[in-house]
Formats: sequence, C-alpha cells, structure tokens
Amino acid sequence: MTATTVSNSGSANEPLSIDAVSKGAFDFDMRAALTSGLILALSLVFIALCGIPEGLNERLLIKPVLSLGYLSLLWLPLLFGWLSGNETVLEGMVATKKGARDIVRGLFVGLIGGLGLSLLTVLMDAFDLRDPLVNWSPATEEVLQFSRSIGFGVIAWPVLGAILGAFGAALHVMPEKIRKAVMAGLGTVLSFAIFATFIVDVADFLDDLLYARRGGLKWGWAIALFVIGAGASFLGGGRKISEMKSSYQAATGPAKRQQTTTLILLSLAALIIIPLITGKITQELFANIGIFLLLALGLNIVVGLAGILDLGYVAFFAVGGYTTAVLTSPNRGPDFEGFPTLPWWGALLVTIIIAGLVGLFIGAPVIRMRGDYLAIVTLGFGEIIRLLFLSDWLNGWFNGAQGITNVPPADFGFFSVKGTDPRSVFYLVLFFAAISIYVSWRLERSRLGRAWMAIREDESVAEAMGINTVNMKLMAFVVGAVLASFSGAIFAAKVGSIFPTSFLILVSVIILVVVIVGGMGNIMGIIVGSVVLIGVLGGPKQPGLLAEFSEYKLLIYGALLVVMMLKRPEGLVPNARRSRELHQDEFLQDAWLKGEVDTDDDMVDPSTGGEGTVAPA
Amino acid sequence: MSDTNTDTRTPLLEFRNINTHYGAVHILKDVNLAIYPGEMVSLLGGNASGKSTTLKTLLGMVTPTSGEVVLDGEVVNDKPTSYRVERGVTMVPENRRLFKRLSVKENLELGAYLRNDKAEIANDLERIYTMFPRVKERLNQKSGTLSGGEQQMVAMGRALMAKPRVLLMDEPSMGLAPALVQTNFELIQQIHEEGIAIFMVEQNANMALSLADRGWVLQTGRVVLDDTAENLLANPELQKSYLGGA
Repeated sequence: MTATTVSNSGSANEPLSIDAVSKGAFDFDMRAALTSGLILALSLVFIALCGIPEGLNERLLIKPVLSLGYLSLLWLPLLFGWLSGNETVLEGMVATKKGARDIVRGLFVGLIGGLGLSLLTVLMDAFDLRDPLVNWSPATEEVLQFSRSIGFGVIAWPVLGAILGAFGAALHVMPEKIRKAVMAGLGTVLSFAIFATFIVDVADFLDDLLYARRGGLKWGWAIALFVIGAGASFLGGGRKISEMKSSYQAATGPAKRQQTTTLILLSLAALIIIPLITGKITQELFANIGIFLLLALGLNIVVGLAGILDLGYVAFFAVGGYTTAVLTSPNRGPDFEGFPTLPWWGALLVTIIIAGLVGLFIGAPVIRMRGDYLAIVTLGFGEIIRLLFLSDWLNGWFNGAQGITNVPPADFGFFSVKGTDPRSVFYLVLFFAAISIYVSWRLERSRLGRAWMAIREDESVAEAMGINTVNMKLMAFVVGAVLASFSGAIFAAKVGSIFPTSFLILVSVIILVVVIVGGMGNIMGIIVGSVVLIGVLGGPKQPGLLAEFSEYKLLIYGALLVVMMLKRPEGLVPNARRSRELHQDEFLQDAWLKGEVDTDDDMVDPSTGGEGTVAPA
Repeated sequence: MSDTNTDTRTPLLEFRNINTHYGAVHILKDVNLAIYPGEMVSLLGGNASGKSTTLKTLLGMVTPTSGEVVLDGEVVNDKPTSYRVERGVTMVPENRRLFKRLSVKENLELGAYLRNDKAEIANDLERIYTMFPRVKERLNQKSGTLSGGEQQMVAMGRALMAKPRVLLMDEPSMGLAPALVQTNFELIQQIHEEGIAIFMVEQNANMALSLADRGWVLQTGRVVLDDTAENLLANPELQKSYLGGA
C-alpha cells in the first residue's frame, strides 16, 4: 500500500516536517490494539444487552440491508478502527507513515470487537439469564443471529467488525480529499436515512421518491445520495464554507461588525421563513428547541457567568408555568374562585414579578453557601417547589396532582399562540429567545457581567474589590429565574395544561447538560447545545429528531457528557478563553517547543503552577 | 494609640481596641493600630498570629466583636467593604489571586469597579502602562498564563486602579522567587513615593522593616511590640524570633 503522509488529525497544526518512516504491516503495539478491541467488544455487548439493536430493528434505514438497530452496533467498530489509527505525533519525533499497518490494526481491533458479539450470541443460546438481564431475550438473539442461525451470527460479527474496523482505519490512509468525500457521502446517506421523518416533513414530495413504503431509503437512492454527497465534497463544496468561515474569523473592527449583523439578520430571516414551508413536526421541534434554549440561556447566566451551580433550575420553569396557568385558566384551584382570569400577556407580567420574587426568596438563603453545598441546596429547593405544587396544602391553588388544565391560548388579537399550532408557538419563542440572547449578550459585557465573572473566578477577591457579592449573586439568580419564567409561561400556553410531573428534576439536569455540552458561558454554544441535544435527542418528554432513541435518551445524554468531559471539556462551541485554559498544557508545550516562552524570566510562580488551584486564604 | 508616633494629623485608618472572634475563637485581642496618610508601616507576625484577620477587619470582610475601625475619623464598623474601597482602602491579596481566566485588561478594569469617572479610569490605565510596560504587552492575555513577576505587576496595577490612599498588602513576597522579592519591594517603594500609604503584612521582617517607617509585632492576636522600624530592627527579642540574627 502506498501511503501518503497525512497528518493524524487533519488540523491546522501540521507536525514539523520530519520525514515519516514506514513500518511493517504487523509492527504495531499489539497490547494497545487488544485493549482497544476489548473495550469495543464490551461496548458492543453493552449496547446489545441494553436492547437497542432489538428495539430499533423495525426501523429500516436502507430498505433491505440496514436497520437503525444494526447501525446502533455497526458504527462502533468503524469509530474504533478510526481511533486506532490516531497516533500522537510528538513534535520533533519521527512520525510513522500511514499505511497497511494501520489497516491491519483497525482490522484487528474490529475483529476482537466482533468476537465479543459472537461470544454473546453463543452464550445467549446456551444460557438463560433473562432474569437479571431483561434483554437476554429471543428477540435479541434473533437480531444477533441475523435471523438465520447461530453459526451465521458467530461468523458474521467478527467479519463485519473486521471489515468496518479496517475501513475506519483506512480513512487515515486515503488522501485527505478522498477521505472527506467518503465521509460526506456517508454523512449524506445516514442523515437522509435517520432523519427521514424530518426530511419528509420539510419536503413531502421526497417521500415517495426516496423512501420505501414502510420506511427506509430505497437502496438505489442510498447509493445515489452517497455519490451526490461525496461528489459535492470532492468538487470543493466544503472548502467554500470553510473559506467563508475563516474570512469571517479573520475580519476585525467594523467589517466584522457588519458581517455579524448580516449573519444575524440572515439567520433571523431563515428562522422566520422555515416554519412557513415545513410541516408540523419541524415546527414542533423548533418550538421545543426554543423553549429549552430559553431555559439554557437563563441557566447560563447563573452557572456560566456567575459560577453558581444551580441544580434546581426547574423550579423557576415551574413557577413560570404555574403562575401563568393559575392566572389564565378557569380550571385552577378552587381558592381562586371569583378571581378574574387574565389574558396571557397580562399574566406574563405577573409571572415575571413572581418569578423574580421566588428567585430572591430561594436565592437569599442559598447564596451564602459556596461550591458543593450550594449545589446540593439548590437541588433540594428544586424538588421542594415541585412538591409544593403537588401538595395537599396548596391543593386549593394548584389542584395537586390533577394539575391545571384548560390553559387558554396566548391571544394577541392578530395572532394566537396555541399548542395545536406549533408554528405560532415557535414565533413566540423566537421573540423571547431573541430578547434573552440580546439581554445575555449585553449583560456579559456590562459592569454587572464583569462583577459576575469576578465572583466566578475568585469570590473573596471580588469582595475585597468592593463588589457586593451577595447582591450580585442574588441578581444572577433573579435574572435566571425571570428568563426561565418566560419559558414556563410559553410552555403553559403551548401544552394547555400544567402538571407537577412536567417539572421533574430531570429537567434541571437536561438543561445543565445542554449548557455544559454546548459550552458554558458562551451564547453561541448554548444555542448549538440546544439544537443538538434537544433537537436531535429530545427534551425530557419532548421527542427530538431521533425519536426512536427516546427510551435510551438518558443513556446517550450520560455517555455524551462523559465523552465531552474527557475529550472536549470546553463544550461544542468553546469560549476561546475557556478553551485555552483547559488545554493550557498543550498550548504551553507547543509554545515551548517553538521557543516562544521566555526563559529569561523568573521561576514559575507556584500558585499558578497547578491550574485552577485556589491559593490558601 | 501609638506613642512612638509624633504625627499630629488624623490617622487615615485606625483600630481602637479591636477584638475579633471566629465563633468562639478569640483572634484579635485589643488591637490598636493607626496608619497615617502617606506613610509605610508594617505588621509582622508568625503563622496564626492574626495578620490576615487584621486585614480582613480593616477591609470590612470580618466584623469585629468590639472596638472601633475608624476611617478618616469616622467609625466604619458597620459599613460594607465597598464603602471602604470607595474611600481609598484597597487590598493586594496574598499570592496575588488574579482573576485567572480573565484578561489582564479585565483584571485592571475590575480594580476600578467602584469608580464611575471614565476619563480618569482611562488616565489611570495609561499610568499603569507606563509604570509596568510588561503589563501593556500582555493586555489581552489571560492573566493566569503570566509569569509570577508579571502577575505581581498586574495585582499591583489592579489595586492601583481603585485609586487607593492606603494599600493593604498581604504578604507581598509570599510565593515569589527570591530574585523577585527585591524587585517587588522596589515596586512597593515606588508606589509609596506617589504618596500612597502602605500597610504591609509580612513574614519577611528584615525586608519589610528596612522599608517601613513603623512596625507592629503581632503574637497570637496581641500587639506585643509597637515601635519605629529602626528600633524594631535593633530590638534583640525581635532579632531572635524573626530576623534570625543574634
């Protein structure tokens, strides 16, 4: 195999040019490959025993050959094969040429992984462990045997694993242009296959054209889509985008300002137009993303800017929802008999005030604590608020577990927002999201934002500079509460009924994950986080694009959080500052190798040696 | 009050029989201090002698159980930290404690957090740039990535941005490389020459006293010595316990 020198990550930081050497096809670290293969095997067995392949087997992606169930297993050998080829190239060290050696290693890793599933197939046939393991079932067994026989399954899995592993590794060997084309082709096919409902919802003429009657891409079209995707990439479709991106990043001053304004206006226009042409599923999806975006923006102020880890943020969402419901619905608790019902926007004003007050009320005791204690107390308050809505004590107001039904639509005269018309909900959400984004953006650059950041960095020093830390933290709590109450108010009008079970602790967790995965303290990150997590995976009860995975949503959320913390702790869209901090070691090492660090200076200050260490008081 | 002091002006900042407790633990015991405008004084003491608590009490982060903290002749016991910072009391914390994830510029600007005079702030920023050219080079760099010496400059700059009349310095030489300690004291000297009073809490007694006009020695929360720096340096008892000489 003739190998071209391809940088291992394809990033801008090409290793210093030292000629790479070739190595024999079997000259790799067998132990490391074995470990990686075993991890792959364990992951595959885990996924199989979670019942994902069996549960999603009905959902065809490409008509006769591939179901989502099988895909849930098959993507892993591919990934592991690719990862096995990622060798760290140390600057100044001799790199190894990519070649047959990588492919053999990928094949080996994939093979071991596949053997894991073979073993599972055999064990499933021999023993019955259904009692502890619910998915140790004939249905799973059938999937593992490809509906044929044990023998077929036992042989097929290692073969498939090896092929996919080798293919994953082979991506390293291909010239970059071809690799990108292959990835783009695969990406196109899989997106069309997986997001079928969404695509049909956007453009329903595609339904009969692309998709078979009972789901799944027609295989002819699958190949065509691959060619289209790969061709577009090969002809340089992707390059245009990345050129535009880098020219935007390079721009400064008024030019940048102008470009940013154009970009914002364009996206706003797109967001207004898209729901007009799409079906209800997309509109609903957009509306849900917006509701959680509002929540995430609020939490971002509390966690991202002020550094207060609030685990009970759902409380303010609940307060917003319940206040609006109580004020607008005729079906509220009996104690409100005779109290006039308000229109939605009137209720919103009261809701904002109440949410702010509740923020103060909860914040006042909580704010005096720090770190872990604070997190635990907020967790408690989040539950207390929900239990109050559920309680007999306040039954006369909130109807306990029966909740408040019949919340009327939000009526603005010319425009009425109700759940049956998700487009109207989306426009309302868009309006409030725009406000929240603007407010967040301004706050970040304000004196108040500065004070919050100072508190986040070092509370005692902030206090010593004359920042009233208690008031500032309370302020963060109140602003966060008000933003969440917008979301709650819209939620009430959208759903039309409010129950305590809508405000489980899970909501707090999911919003926090959105903030963390998106990129803490960064508005763009929060937006991307909401779109990716809520849009694709779905909210606590709201389906996302991958509605099929809703049962495993939390598993995926958890896995994603772990992977993000390990590989990209700064979030999907990192705040430049935070990213530098988290990867400081790497930056410093690079700088040292390039001789950019002055060594004429004093010794390293011990208090900054370990990052994030808090100097003793 | 200090009887070694012949100054007849009102003290800028004063402790009158201060007692401070953390819960049941008695930290400061009848402490009397007086800092006059423009002078340099030093508070010496070993570990756990109450030095940091003295600073926190001066700044209002800890409320004394009895006695009076007096600022410009006004009792400020129940006034918040911000009140005192606005009136020119500023601290340079131990180990510098910069806001590490914020840029150098943001750190400096946070020093002027309580000030509203924009033009003056810009002026003061320029002054700090001329004072520390190194700092100007690193304005947009995250302060946590600076070297120890640069961090010290930013910490001083940040404090100066508050337009202080008295700088409370908590162990300025702590955690610095030996070569830097000397430069650091020169820096303090320089700030002092601009007419800013310096109240320095130090373990490095020799260095501190060679600069200061007066000094106190704190021992388990009590002022045991209160004298001019010269006398303290010559004091055999102090020599024995702090200065390592005989």
